[in-house]
Amino acid sequence: MTKTVLTVDDSPSVRRMIAMTLEEAGYRVIEAVDGNDGLAKATSNAVDAIITDQNMPGLDGLGFIRALRQTPSGKGVPIVVLSTDSQDDLKTQAREAGALGWMVKPFTQDKLLAVIRKVLG
Amino acid sequence: MTDDMTAIFRDELRDLLDSLERGLLDLTSNPDDPSLINQVFRDLHTVKGSGAMFGFADLAAFIHKFETFFEHVRSGRLKITPEIIRLSLAARDQIPGLVDGIPDPDGQRAAILAAVTALMPGATPAAATDAATDAPAGADTETDPPAAEGPSRLVFRFVGDALGLGAQPEIILDELRALGATGIVADLDDVPTLDSLQVDQCLFTWSMDLPATVAESDIEEVFVFAEVDWTLTRSTATEADQATQGHDFDLTDPETADTGTPQGHVAAPQAAAPAPLPPAAPLAAVPDHPAATQMPQAATIRVPAERLDALMDSVGELVIVEARLTELARLSRDPALMSTAEQITRLAAGLRDATMTMRMVPMRSLVARFRRLVMDLSANLGKPVTFSVLGEDTELDKTVIEKLADPLVHILRNALDHGMETVAQRAEAGKSPVGVIELSAEHSGAEVLIRVRDDGRGMNADRIRAKAVAQGLIGADTVLSQQQLLSLVFEPGFSTAEAITELSGRGVGMDVVRRTIESLRGQIEIESALGKGTTVTLRLPLTLAIIEGLLIEVAGEKYTLPMASVHEIVALPPEKATAKRGGDFLDIRGSFVPFLRLRHLFDCKGDPPGEQNVVIVQSGEARVGIVVDRIVGTNQTVIKQMSKLHSSVRAVSGATILGDGSVALILDVGHLIGNGRVAPTESGKSDSLKEVAA
Repeated sequence: MTKTVLTVDDSPSVRRMIAMTLEEAGYRVIEAVDGNDGLAKATSNAVDAIITDQNMPGLDGLGFIRALRQTPSGKGVPIVVLSTDSQDDLKTQAREAGALGWMVKPFTQDKLLAVIRKVLG
Repeated sequence: MTDDMTAIFRDELRDLLDSLERGLLDLTSNPDDPSLINQVFRDLHTVKGSGAMFGFADLAAFIHKFETFFEHVRSGRLKITPEIIRLSLAARDQIPGLVDGIPDPDGQRAAILAAVTALMPGATPAAATDAATDAPAGADTETDPPAAEGPSRLVFRFVGDALGLGAQPEIILDELRALGATGIVADLDDVPTLDSLQVDQCLFTWSMDLPATVAESDIEEVFVFAEVDWTLTRSTATEADQATQGHDFDLTDPETADTGTPQGHVAAPQAAAPAPLPPAAPLAAVPDHPAATQMPQAATIRVPAERLDALMDSVGELVIVEARLTELARLSRDPALMSTAEQITRLAAGLRDATMTMRMVPMRSLVARFRRLVMDLSANLGKPVTFSVLGEDTELDKTVIEKLADPLVHILRNALDHGMETVAQRAEAGKSPVGVIELSAEHSGAEVLIRVRDDGRGMNADRIRAKAVAQGLIGADTVLSQQQLLSLVFEPGFSTAEAITELSGRGVGMDVVRRTIESLRGQIEIESALGKGTTVTLRLPLTLAIIEGLLIEVAGEKYTLPMASVHEIVALPPEKATAKRGGDFLDIRGSFVPFLRLRHLFDCKGDPPGEQNVVIVQSGEARVGIVVDRIVGTNQTVIKQMSKLHSSVRAVSGATILGDGSVALILDVGHLIGNGRVAPTESGKSDSLKEVAA
């Protein structure tokens, strides 16, 4: 069964890069353009993992995670937060919001795959 | 990184630069607007993040330094001044040059950075805390020197709602196993009884042995995303001790104790119980073949679609040849040949099924674009809707999926544009302002049903009728059922749209949708209740290539019916053997089923045999009997499409080659049912005859 990853990012190139990398590795990828779109797609699709940006217009990454974790379909889905922030407290914030992992941008395709394998197997 | 991706980045960069410029210019008039400041910051951020990812290191470094300065603005420590705007715009103007690798001989970039640094409240540019740290962040990059002592014992358990967060213990165990962990045992003591079980928590405590070479940093790396309490106890046992004890204590069956599945862990403690480990001398940990301990990946291979098509073609040919072989074997009456032919039959069927499964793709691949379409349309038209999709995992032949996209787009557009009322109209009708559009897919026998349902205004049968009469599609006194009236919208040239909108009402019409669906051997149905909504149902065959068929004979010619639509076969009662007006109904266990005589339909000469059979076929709710001379048997039907010349023949959906090399036409059950229901007697006959003869 192909696993589905939802990527939430307002940058089309980052979304594309994530999608191409993961699709090449055999995952199915759904793209969402911001937190609200992500919330809609995460609740209407069976998603196995989510990679979300933090800085987005509308609903930001942590807000998206908090909202998603309130929904029944948001339980148990591993979520990885992407950020260009080198904030030390990102890890704590992300964990409090309900993220499982985090990844600092920029990342290479290998790094992305390593992280996804870490949360999704 | 492909050029393709870089091109996408450049496109995006253009938008970002525009947005950045606009934001900065707007800040000139609203210097205190926090949302503008945030937007500028976000744009800078995205330029930096994406730029670094696409290999523009200079760009990322430059923007990073500038962003550090701008962070002071965002946090309110610096007020926006015309000078800051000027510097920011200057920095923005440097971005294209940085992307194109244009050098900066005059030191403009450095000058900008120096100027903003000077503006920062007593701080130096925080270049030291560069964002470009490795991911996963927090993982120690330094490695501890390998421990000099013997193997170590790792004990860990999850804290908090680990499972709720999506932590997967089996993946972590896999990683530990890859590090060389052995003797993995789960302690279930803390697992509560079912009534007090917290599903988000993982209350197992795992213990295992790790080779001495595993450093603490390696373990931290494994647990980087997992909130766990863990302890690592180094043992001081000597090499010799480990070897022997390791052997002695190797009681846990690695196959059971080492699997990543919960059952494996449940089983493990019992197996380990008889041999408690002396804490000072755990078992030898280095497995003989570390690679062999890793879980095999669920392997998938991407194959070009043409190869699958080629495979399917070969399987199709094989099935035809197999039928011929079976026929020859039957004629030869050679038992050895017959049993071999039977084996071939079985193998061919297996091969056919396997090949067909490979061609199946889930609807999901199609649905993503519909979400976007509905969202955009709904915004354009100012008609808020919720769009839900059911059965995204329903699988269909890849060819069918590909061809379905356009018809579905058309149907969805119709639903939103024509079907859905405006907010005001909905309020008037006492409906919720937000409309509902639902796309669902489900299997039903050998068919897949795809439905698009809306809760809009529904279709006005009277208006359709008036329009159809005006357009000369039907006579003013033609009697049609509701269903037939609604189906008129599929006629070429039919449109009731009062106003042609940007979205629908011109270009391809529903007739094209129907043609596409019928070219896939599918059918389209429409149901509507005025004021309540419309449902369009597409019935599509699961596969286009090979079906199980029921071979029948009429006047010496063989025909095939798709087995999946055959409901039952009954004998034609003698009193019905000759056609009587209005009498072509059978009483099948209390319900009346109309039947068609293929001899009449095909205008066959000669007399029917004394005993005729009726094959009851079903499609959806409708059932129709088909009177045939003889049932020949079942066969693997490799569907060959009819040529373009025969595309107007409606009663036949294709042809197949039989074992003896002759050709049998495949009857279109949906069409036969339509005929049977509309006019089970004379008029239906003449209609179909014209089509068959065409």
